Amino acid sequence: MAPPVTVNTINPKVIECEYAVRGEIVILAQKLQDEIKIKLEAHPFEEILYCNIGNPQSLGQQPITFFREVLALCDHPPLLDKSETQGLFSKDSIQRARKILDQIPGRATGAYSHSQGIKGLRDTIAAGIEARDGFPADPNDIFLTDGASPAVHMMMQLLIRSEKDGILCPIPQYPLYSASIALHGGTLVPYYLDEATGWGLEVSDLKKQLEAAKSKGIDVRALVVINPGNPTGQVLAEENQKEIVKFCKEEGLVLLADEVYQENVYVRKKKFHSFKKVSRSMGYDEKDIHLVSFQSVSKGYYGECGKRGGYMEITGFGADVREHIYKLASVNLCSNISGQILASLVMSPPKAGDESYESYISERDGILSSLARRAKTLEDAFNKLEGVTCNKAEGAMYLFPRINLPEKAIKAAGEAKTAPDAFYCRRLLTETGIVFVPGSGFRQVPGTWHFRCTILPQEEKIPAVVTRLTDFHKRFMNEFRD
Amino acid sequence: MVPKALDYETLNENVKKVQYAVRGELYLRASELQKEGKKIIFTNVGNPHALGQKPLTFPRQVVALCQAPFLLDDPNVGLLFPSDAIARAKHYLSLTSGGLGAYSDSRGIPGVRKEVAEFIERRDGYPSDPELIFLTDGASKGVMQILNCIIRGQGDGILVPVPQYPLYSATISLLGGSLVPYYLEETANWGLDINNLRESVAQARFKGITVRAMVIINPGNPTGQCLSEANLREILNFCYQENLVLLGDEVYQQNIYQDERPFISARKVLMDMGPPISKEVQLVSFHTVSKGYWGECGQRGGYFEMTNLSPKTVDEIYKIASIALSPNVPAQIFMGLMVNPLKPGDISYEQFLRESRGILESLRRGARLMTDGFNSCKNVVCNFTEGAMYSFPQIRLPPKAIEAAKKAGKVPDVFYCLKLLEATGISTVPGSGFGQKDGVFHLRTTILPAEEDMPAIMSSFKKFNDEFMDQYEDNWNHSRM
Repeated sequence: MAPPVTVNTINPKVIECEYAVRGEIVILAQKLQDEIKIKLEAHPFEEILYCNIGNPQSLGQQPITFFREVLALCDHPPLLDKSETQGLFSKDSIQRARKILDQIPGRATGAYSHSQGIKGLRDTIAAGIEARDGFPADPNDIFLTDGASPAVHMMMQLLIRSEKDGILCPIPQYPLYSASIALHGGTLVPYYLDEATGWGLEVSDLKKQLEAAKSKGIDVRALVVINPGNPTGQVLAEENQKEIVKFCKEEGLVLLADEVYQENVYVRKKKFHSFKKVSRSMGYDEKDIHLVSFQSVSKGYYGECGKRGGYMEITGFGADVREHIYKLASVNLCSNISGQILASLVMSPPKAGDESYESYISERDGILSSLARRAKTLEDAFNKLEGVTCNKAEGAMYLFPRINLPEKAIKAAGEAKTAPDAFYCRRLLTETGIVFVPGSGFRQVPGTWHFRCTILPQEEKIPAVVTRLTDFHKRFMNEFRD
Repeated sequence: MVPKALDYETLNENVKKVQYAVRGELYLRASELQKEGKKIIFTNVGNPHALGQKPLTFPRQVVALCQAPFLLDDPNVGLLFPSDAIARAKHYLSLTSGGLGAYSDSRGIPGVRKEVAEFIERRDGYPSDPELIFLTDGASKGVMQILNCIIRGQGDGILVPVPQYPLYSATISLLGGSLVPYYLEETANWGLDINNLRESVAQARFKGITVRAMVIINPGNPTGQCLSEANLREILNFCYQENLVLLGDEVYQQNIYQDERPFISARKVLMDMGPPISKEVQLVSFHTVSKGYWGECGQRGGYFEMTNLSPKTVDEIYKIASIALSPNVPAQIFMGLMVNPLKPGDISYEQFLRESRGILESLRRGARLMTDGFNSCKNVVCNFTEGAMYSFPQIRLPPKAIEAAKKAGKVPDVFYCLKLLEATGISTVPGSGFGQKDGVFHLRTTILPAEEDMPAIMSSFKKFNDEFMDQYEDNWNHSRM
C-alpha cells in the first residue's frame, strides 16, 4: 500500500509554492561549500560568497552593542543583582533592562506573554511610532510576531477565502508574498514597477491591473507595497504614496505596507515616510482606510535576523475583525519574548544624553554609511558589465541588475531546461562561488532577465566580488555573444 | 461608499470557525477582572514561569553570553559566569554562522540538530538522522507545518483524541480539513481503546472522508495519561493497517508522575517492532523546550523528527520551512542545552540537578495534591494526573445548573468556570474547549501553582464548588455519567 504522505498526496498548494531566496541555486551552493570543506581544490574558488539573502550578521556585520547588553540582562535577570555587572555593562543598558523586566509579570521572560506581545513593550513601540510619524499609535493595534513574515501570513489567511480572492503585488516582489498567496489558495494580481523610471509605481498601472482582474472574476482585496522595495530598492516619493493611499481608499483595498527596510535609505534626496504618517497627514483616519504596516528587527542597521522579531500595526479594522486577528495570534500563544524586547529597543534606541548614545550612533552610522558605499560600488560595477544595466539602490539591501542575455545563452538555457537568468546564476556560482538569486524568483516583466545581489558582503570582500564577477561575465559573454 | 475589503462578512470562513479556548472567553474575562484589580490565579495555560517556577540557571547563563559575546572577551567574565557556561557559549556560537543575529539553516543549526539526534539515540537506542530533524519556533509551528502538508481539503480527515489540546482542532479548522474524533475512556484512566479508533475511522469513511493521519498526545493534554508500550504497539499496528501517518506529540515526555508507565517514545516502539512496520509506518514526533522541567515557553523552541517520509516529501517540507527563513536562534541554543545537558563533574552540574529535581518533584506532589483535592469535592471526580501539567476533573453539574447556564446563554461548563472565576479568581479552561462526551463536563487547570499556594487554592475551589452544588442540586437526581 502506498504510504499516506508522498509528494502525490500532500497538499498541492505546498507543491505549487516557491521561494527562490533559499531555492535551487542556494542548495547547490551549500553542496559546493561542503565539497570545498572536504577538499579545498574541489572547485575554482576557495569560498562561497553568499549574496542571496538579506542576512547581514552572517557576513560579519556586528550587532548593536546596547541592544545585546539589554537582551543579555533580560535573558539572565540575576545579573542585575550582582555588583560585578556594573563593570561589564553600560549604566543605561542596566536601567533599560530593569525597566523592561518590570513590565513583565514576575520578570518571567520564559513565560508565554499576552498573545499580542507584552503590553509595556507595545506601549514603547507605539511611542516610537508616534515619535517617528508625528501621529499617535495605539498599543492595542500592535501584534508582535516572530519576524514580520508570520504577520504577513496571518493577513493572507484572513483575506483569502478562495482562488477568487486576489492580492495586488508588485513585480518584482519579495517571494514571501507569492508563496504565502499560493499557500493560502489565493490569486496573485501583479502590478509592474517601471524599471525605466527607477522602479516607479504608477497608480494608472494599479488601476489597469485591478480592472483586468475584476473582469476575470477576481475579487481584489488588498494591495502590497514594499517600501523601500525588495528586490528593487526604490524609496517611494511622498506624492506617490498619497496617490496609493487614495487609490486604496477609493477601491476599498486593504493596504499591506511592508516597511521592514525603513532604516535603510541611502540617497539624500529621499526619505522614508510610513504609510501611516502619509494617510494621517491626508486627513484619513480609521474610518477611511484599512492599513497594516509591517516592521522587523532583521533589517535596518540592526540586522538581527536570527532573533525573529517584528510586528504589524493594524488600523481601520472593526472590533469584530480584530477579535479574529487576536484569535489567530492566540493559537500560537505568543511570539518569542527576546524578539519582542528587541523590537521595542529598535523602536526606542538610545537618545542624546544617554550613556550609550555616542557609541550607538557611531555603530549605527558606521553600518549605514558602509551599506551606502557598498550599494554604490556594486551598482557601478554592474553598470560596467556588457549588456547589464542596474538601477540605483535607493534603499533596502539589494541590487537588481537587468541582464540582456544573448540569444545563444537563452537557447543554451532552454536546452538545460532552466530559466535564462537561473542559467547565468548557476554558471556564476560554479565558476566563481558567488551566489545570486535569479530574477525569475522575484518575477519580472516577461522576456526580461535580472538577478538579485545583496550589498552585504564585508567591504574588504567587495573588490574580490567585483573582480570575480567581471572576469566571469567577460568569459560568459565571449562564449555566448551572438 | 465602497464596501471595505476586510469587514467581518468577508473574512475567511475558516478563520471564523477557529476556536482556541486556552486563550478564549474565560481568559479574556480573567484578564478584564485582573485589570479591575482582582487577584487572578491563571491556571489556564501550561506556562510554568508565569506561576513562579524559576528558569534553570545554566541555560540562561549560556544564552546571555551568546547574546553579548563581548562579555567573552572581557577578562572579568569569570566573576559573573561559571567556566562551563562560558565554554558552552563558545561551543554554540561556533555552531552558528554569525552568532544569534543571523538566520540559520531553515531547518535549524546543523550542530544543534546533531545534538538532538544524539539525544534521541541515547533515549531510544536507535540512531536518528539530523537531516530528518527540523527545529521550529515552538512545537506548535511544527504541527501546523506538517498538518498543512497533509490536509488538501475537507475530504481529508485527521484522527484527534477527545479531549485534545485545541491546537489540533484549531489548525485543522484553519486548513479546511476534517477532524475525526476518537474518544479516550475516562473510566479507564483516559485509556485508548482500539475499538473506539476503528469505529471513528469507519464512521469517517462512511461520510466519504479519507483519514490521513492520527494524532496521539503522550503524555496526554489535558488528560495526562501515559501510554503503555502495549498501547503504542496497538496504535502503530493500527496506523500500519489503516495507512495513516502517526503524529506523536511528545512535548510532555519529561513530565511523568508515576512509575508504572515511564515515557516511551513512539519511535522506539516502532523500531522495536521491526520490519516491515518499522520501515513503512510514517511518523512525525514533536518536542519542545516549553514544558518538561525547563518550562521555557517564551523562547518558542521546538523540533519535529520525521521517520519513513520519502526524500521528496522532506524536500517539500524543507521548502515550506525556508519561506519562514529560520527558527529563532536563541531558542535553538536552549534546545541544544536541553538535549545535551550537563554531566556529573561539570561545575554547574550539582546546581542543575538540584534545580531540575526540585521542579519535577514539586510537580509530582502537585499532581497528587490536586487530584486528591478535586476528588474531595462534591460531584467532582478526577483521574490522577499521570503526566503532563494539567488536571482535568469531571464536574457533575446538576440539571438545574445546566438550565441556568442555558438561560444565561452559556455552555454549562463555561457557566461553571465563569462563576468559579468570579468567586475565587481561579482562571481555568472549560472542558468544552478540549472536547468531551455529550453531557459530560470538565474543566482544565494546571498543576503549576506554587506548592505553598496549592492548599489555599484547593480549599478556595472546594468552598466554591460545594456551595455551587448545594445551590443547584435538588435531592432527587443530578447529571451522572
